[in-house]
Amino acid sequence: MEPIIRVEHLKKVFKSAAGDVTAADDISFSIEKGDIFGIIGLSGAGKSTLVRCLNLLERPTSGNIFIGKKNILKLSQRELRQERQKIGMIFQHFNLLMQRNVLDNVCFPLEIAGVKKKEARERALGLLKTVGLEDKAKSYPAQLSGGQKQRVAIARVLAANPEILLCDEATSALDPQTTKSILALLKEINQKYGITIVVITHEMSVVQEICSHVAVLDQGKLAESNTVEELFRSPRTEAARKLILHAGTQIKRMNGKRLIRITFSGQSAFEPVIGNVVLLYKTPLNILYADTKNLGGKAEGEMILQLPEDRATADKMIQYFRDEKLGVEELEYVG
Amino acid sequence: MWDKEMIIMLAEGTADTLYMTLVSTLFGYILGLPMGILLAVTDKEGIRPNSFIYKVLDFTANLIRSIPFLILLILVIPVTKAIVGKSYGPSGTVVPLVIAAAPFIARLVESSLKEVDHGVVEAAMSMGAGTGQIIWKVMLAEARTSLLVGVTIAIGTILGYSAMAGVVGGGGLGDIAIRYGYYRYETDVMVVTIVILVLLVQILQGLGMLLSKKLDRRRA
Repeated sequence: MEPIIRVEHLKKVFKSAAGDVTAADDISFSIEKGDIFGIIGLSGAGKSTLVRCLNLLERPTSGNIFIGKKNILKLSQRELRQERQKIGMIFQHFNLLMQRNVLDNVCFPLEIAGVKKKEARERALGLLKTVGLEDKAKSYPAQLSGGQKQRVAIARVLAANPEILLCDEATSALDPQTTKSILALLKEINQKYGITIVVITHEMSVVQEICSHVAVLDQGKLAESNTVEELFRSPRTEAARKLILHAGTQIKRMNGKRLIRITFSGQSAFEPVIGNVVLLYKTPLNILYADTKNLGGKAEGEMILQLPEDRATADKMIQYFRDEKLGVEELEYVG
Repeated sequence: MWDKEMIIMLAEGTADTLYMTLVSTLFGYILGLPMGILLAVTDKEGIRPNSFIYKVLDFTANLIRSIPFLILLILVIPVTKAIVGKSYGPSGTVVPLVIAAAPFIARLVESSLKEVDHGVVEAAMSMGAGTGQIIWKVMLAEARTSLLVGVTIAIGTILGYSAMAGVVGGGGLGDIAIRYGYYRYETDVMVVTIVILVLLVQILQGLGMLLSKKLDRRRA
């Protein structure tokens, strides 16, 4: 299948008096139509710059960006405006028009596109229903909660019938409960309308919740790109590992011992591997952290184990886990 | 002092002052609003950065604003004569008032527009809005409260300037205050004109603030 977004050797350098800052350095990736694609990185990794390049809110220094078959860097101003109507964007701080009520906010992109007022209002009301805010049509943004504001922003973005939806830290200003409901709504939109969604976030939990593919950014470079499952099971780069082991902050304090992280999918979750390994080698091991996550409908578990000090036994245990087809990686301990 | 003549003169003076102030504000905005929009839009942080246009307008605004109003009044007499045919009286005062007010108004407009959340402007851009649509539907619409506060400030300032024009026979309350209060030592007339001026400013200021508050939807 043709990818709907294809980024080739994208580079963005910000010039400033203090020197040049390379926010995106030779980044290439592509996104399939209908996918929910995550771009994750710590703050300052360049993910916001990257997503803002996708609709040219930021002009890349070099490289190419294809939306469908069109290289958007080659479009005229007018063609670009047309193209942007197909690429919706929602933001961390919602960016609603504060002097317009909810209904008029949702009508806004239709006004821009020149849709007749009556038709726009009908469509907007329908969309407010989709996001569950039909009773707030006459309210003003200042009267809404953060989650409600983001729902209005989503309805507004849907009004233009976009093919792509860019989410720039769209849940970062929301509490965990609201984040969950907004992510569920995004997923629903993806399935119902077939809109390709690009999610920018610094939270692995967001990626795990809704994305199928993910790209990890690290200091302006693409560290790795993979399916979320694969990334979760066997992260190949330090940057990815750091993001996955978000819970690792407490663990790092347990220094001096050898730590491993094992991951297991649905089937192996039923095997009592830890029990087996303890019985087999007659040596206890310590479970420091364990969690089960829902990755695209499949249960994925992870555990962080502290191995016995005896090196030979520890090696044997790791081999045992590998033989059981679990994902195993050694964590560096901070001594 | 309260003879019929005096009352008529004060009433006419008040009408002249209001006429000069409001007409000058109107024309001031006709010139200053586009200038302020251009300043906000062409600034390097604006939606259409253009350093040449910005610098020219920026310099012009500063230049005119740095000339004391009394000097400007005299400087522009030829222009005034060319436009309204005479350099004195309320209509003659409107021309220098507009020239002095336009750059001031442009600055007020510029700062109101720059207060608009850049994120909202970006959201509109991401929807494919053009420059005109962003100026009209986003910047001016979102800044309307602040713009109205600006109008109130502009009216107050222009009212003050119009009184200054009394020195050169500009008409209005300022003229009366100078002629009676200053040249003829009739302090009571001067006090009355000042009281009327104070009342005018208070009423216009109050109305402006009330209106801008009423139009503001940013509070829950």
